[in-house]
Amino acid sequence: MASITFITPSGATRTVERKDGSLMEAAVQNGVEGIDADCGGVCSCATCHIHVEPEWVDRVGPPGSAERALLELQDVTNERSRLACQVRINDALDGLVVRVAAR
Amino acid sequence: MSASAPACVIVGGGHAGAQCALSLRRLGWSGRITVVGDEPIHPYHRPPLSKGYLKGEATFDQILIRPVSVYAQQAIEFRLDARVVEIDRAKRAAILADGAALAYDKLVLATGSHNRKPPIEGIDLPGVHLLRTANECDTLRGAIAGASRALILGGGFIGLEVAASLRRQGREVTVLEREPRILSRVTSPEMAKVLHGIHREEGVEIHTGVTVSAIRRGAGLYRVETKEHAEYAAELVVAGTGAAPNTLLAEAAGLAVDNGIRVDAACRTSDPDIFAIGDCTCQHHPMYERDIRLECVQNATDQARTAASAIAGHPIPPRALPWFWSDQYDIKLQMAGLSNGYDDMVLRRHPGLPRSLSAWYFMGERLIAVAAVNDAIAYTVGSKLISLGKAVDRTRIADPNVDIKTLMDNVRGASS
Repeated sequence: MASITFITPSGATRTVERKDGSLMEAAVQNGVEGIDADCGGVCSCATCHIHVEPEWVDRVGPPGSAERALLELQDVTNERSRLACQVRINDALDGLVVRVAAR
Repeated sequence: MSASAPACVIVGGGHAGAQCALSLRRLGWSGRITVVGDEPIHPYHRPPLSKGYLKGEATFDQILIRPVSVYAQQAIEFRLDARVVEIDRAKRAAILADGAALAYDKLVLATGSHNRKPPIEGIDLPGVHLLRTANECDTLRGAIAGASRALILGGGFIGLEVAASLRRQGREVTVLEREPRILSRVTSPEMAKVLHGIHREEGVEIHTGVTVSAIRRGAGLYRVETKEHAEYAAELVVAGTGAAPNTLLAEAAGLAVDNGIRVDAACRTSDPDIFAIGDCTCQHHPMYERDIRLECVQNATDQARTAASAIAGHPIPPRALPWFWSDQYDIKLQMAGLSNGYDDMVLRRHPGLPRSLSAWYFMGERLIAVAAVNDAIAYTVGSKLISLGKAVDRTRIADPNVDIKTLMDNVRGASS
């Protein structure tokens, strides 16, 4: 089980518990503001863009090539950007903090 | 909610309707929101119905746009298994089939589209499947379980996605396409040829230039006869033969309709209190300088956000570049822009990677669309270049030794 904290564009903090699936699913299941997930999680739309907090970047890992390309289309992308639908939750991510990118 | 709070009624429980309700709340709109959906279930993603959900890789809960609890938290009400039969513009009320009247201050038509049913004898037989709803997909999944062979009418995206899903489940698949090539409405002959070749490699039999004349049932098989005097047999038939917008409600209410419900840049119809979004609309696109009707997730969700912004009194976002995707086998097809009317096309291939390429479409000097197969970087660079509207060096696109990202450098250089 992992406890994941989302910080939304309006500054609200939301902590959810989840043992598997993607970060996007965890956010959608809990109605986290700003995670729209238009494409339903197939790495096609970039509406689940998050910024991983610096201390978690290594454990979350880098984006894949298709994901990186989509991120390059976004205005607010930085070196800590990921698409939440491409991050799988596991126990090692217990305590993870991510910020939902403003769009 | 006080009695004086404004009410927004959203007609249609698909992706556009759901997103509009969610966006209204996100933008701080505090009035009453009621979504009327004619299916008995909450809004869900339709693309998986020809892919992951069809193959049984995703559960229904996993394709819900939001869990039911989220709508409750956000005070978004639903009338499911319900149909609006009339819009009373004078009384500002949406009338349901059971006679109930839902009063509105703002009405949003998100009525979607319906499958075109070709006028073929036997099209209504029980083993002939159309695919638009989760219920239809469940029925099709049941039929697949007991079938070894499938016939697909229509070589468009839906037909080919279903073909790919069925091949991955070990079924024999034959696609019958009326036009001389597959994907004739949505992509170029060169790109269609590549995708045709991939489906052939995967074991799909595709016949083009074939007009189905009748479907007959007998001895546990469906026999499809063609005008060319050929006959094909399978345990099930899937028709993926296009869609048409649901505009009857709008027409009956006297709203302007022409190849979809006419809307302005804010998704307003000819009645300023009535908006329309998604597949059912026809809207001018400033970049393509023509009126277009789109059947895709991007258009549904972007128009939903636009209408919500207008209703909530926020500035409306600029009209987005249309984009689409399709997943078949190990192929991710990504398309940006509209290629209709192109006068030149440049193919970019990668030596040793036959399933990775991109097609770049030009009209005069302008890049108008890009379609990429397993090449997300080409899709990304193409999308950016289309939006910037700058001239692009075609010989560099065609040269696989050129890093495609450097096209952006040239554009920046040229524009500075």
